Amino acid sequence: MEKLEFTLPACAAPASRGFTQSFALCGVVASGNLEVLVGAGAAASVCEISVTTSARGFAPIWQALLSEFAAQNPAGGTRIAINDMGATPAVVSLRLGQALCEYLGAER
Amino acid sequence: MNAPVSTPTWDSRRQARARRLHRAESLGLARRVPAGRSVALLEAVIEPGDRVCLEGNNQKQADFLASSLADCNPAVLHDLHMLMSVLALPSHVDLFERGLARKLDFSFSGPQANRLARLVQDRRIEIGAIHTYLELFARYFVDLTPHVCLIAAHAADAAGNLYTGPNTEDTPAIVEATAFKSGIVIAQVNELRESLPRVDVPASWVDFVIVAPRPNYIEPLFTRDPAQITEVQVLMAMLAIKGIYAEYGVKRLNHGIGFDTAAIELLLPTYAAGLGLKGKICTHWALNPHPTLIPAIESGFVESVHCFGSEVGMDAYTAARPDIFFTGADGSMRSNRGYSQTAGLYACDMFIGSTLQIDLSGNSSTATVGRLAGFGGAPNMGSDPHGRRHASPAWLKASREAADGKAIRGRKLVVQLVETFREHMEPVFVERLDAFALQEAMGAELPPIMIYGDDLSHIVSEEGIANLLLCRNPEEREQAIRGVAGFTPVGMARDKRAVESLRERGIIRRAADLGIDPRLATRDLLAARSIKDLVRWSGGLYAPPSRFRNW
Repeated sequence: MEKLEFTLPACAAPASRGFTQSFALCGVVASGNLEVLVGAGAAASVCEISVTTSARGFAPIWQALLSEFAAQNPAGGTRIAINDMGATPAVVSLRLGQALCEYLGAER
Repeated sequence: MNAPVSTPTWDSRRQARARRLHRAESLGLARRVPAGRSVALLEAVIEPGDRVCLEGNNQKQADFLASSLADCNPAVLHDLHMLMSVLALPSHVDLFERGLARKLDFSFSGPQANRLARLVQDRRIEIGAIHTYLELFARYFVDLTPHVCLIAAHAADAAGNLYTGPNTEDTPAIVEATAFKSGIVIAQVNELRESLPRVDVPASWVDFVIVAPRPNYIEPLFTRDPAQITEVQVLMAMLAIKGIYAEYGVKRLNHGIGFDTAAIELLLPTYAAGLGLKGKICTHWALNPHPTLIPAIESGFVESVHCFGSEVGMDAYTAARPDIFFTGADGSMRSNRGYSQTAGLYACDMFIGSTLQIDLSGNSSTATVGRLAGFGGAPNMGSDPHGRRHASPAWLKASREAADGKAIRGRKLVVQLVETFREHMEPVFVERLDAFALQEAMGAELPPIMIYGDDLSHIVSEEGIANLLLCRNPEEREQAIRGVAGFTPVGMARDKRAVESLRERGIIRRAADLGIDPRLATRDLLAARSIKDLVRWSGGLYAPPSRFRNW
């Protein structure tokens, strides 16, 4: 197991969000998959992410992927917990996108 | 005028043929040969150094004749020059290991790719060239005409007429080239019948028929279990449908055989229908009868499908849908690889498939070090044919994009659909294809590139779509490729500002740019989520092979 922590600059989540739920959960902890939990963070200008992963040695890819995610999405003011069992970057990006949309309560 | 010194001979091949037939006859071998005497027949009619075409593609295999040939005595038969669409069976490689054959011209080697690479490195086999199917068939009529061909058919009648049934595949091309150049045609059949449902090969083109002890092998290569389709593949299918199929109005096309394109087939009745695309895309196909196309056919999406071969379990379904599939008067499907490949090359506006590696010029290859896999038909479908002259909206739009609107000809859409990483975190996007290392190791004249970068029009990955038609120089092209290469080393080395500028110009489009909600990218969007669902969609007509039945 490897534990990684990131605090990344991000655009603030839109204030108009409905607050219909206090957190969003996407995915499952299973081989090649991961669980992403999005909740409220401490500061509006950053996205805090903690990663627990079964695959060691991929910190640079996590850093690049999560920085890109925080820069491209209104993820400011969130705190995200990731429990990973060897998901590919494609799966990680998809789950992050799904979980953030769900948390922000955007219309489908 | 001087008289010629000697009278020229114009029928030496015919004389050689008569000699060979006479040798067989002297052994008591006439038109119908018992399976137990197959080796005697082959040793009688084949001569050392002959070009021998052994039928077998990635579907139907003349497997009994292949093993009979491998059982021949190398003191009698040697230095054979084998012509084969696909080197798939262990007996195919045995021919070279046992010293019967020396040279090989082929197209694809799938399951034997590792053994073949070793034989080449040990200099125990001479490779003429690795072809596409059409190229190899074409050479049968030019400089690689077989002396003898060994083919597979479903049934024969007493006269020697052959019925190939739904899996006609390569047989017509092979038989025509052999029979009409004084060659010898030997067919293995599954059964003899009093009368045939229809005649696919007339008896006068066939010399010998052997009823094989077992029915010829057919590989269900085009069956993809929807249960294995991932959500990332669903997302990429959504990107392709909305960003390419809908944009260009792609009606005539060919799909590769992977799960990525199977996902697209299963999204036609759901996602594509929801976008109002029924009747506007995917109406005419050059495609094997993919089980995953059943829901789209049943939903009325599809008007016509011409097939290279059949697919195990699909015969009753295709027979029941003669408006869609090409069928004989007997009701069963007729496939023809030569014609279907031609259709894919000249009559389709798009090819979309997957690959193992893409480089920064957009060249792609499935060759990796230690595997000599070949090409099959993908390069025919996945290339822009400069001989095409008829126009269609998709073909014109693609060329206008590539030439700033000033096109004097059209352009085929050639799309690679890939996840940025394969299994074991192997990056698909690479600085240098393994194909170049393989070329060096094999001493080959050309690197085994499947689709050339200058033919490639789009790349779709989970990161979005790169439209290479809109790139105006090699630097833009390279950044467009890096821009959808995600977090592979190639992707991480991208120039972020250049990529953002390409995105502003619509050369790179992300899911968000296309208005695609990632929450819809779930398996719920698949029209069928299991093989059993496909059986249900087919009204019970699809009969999957047992290995795909898990209920």
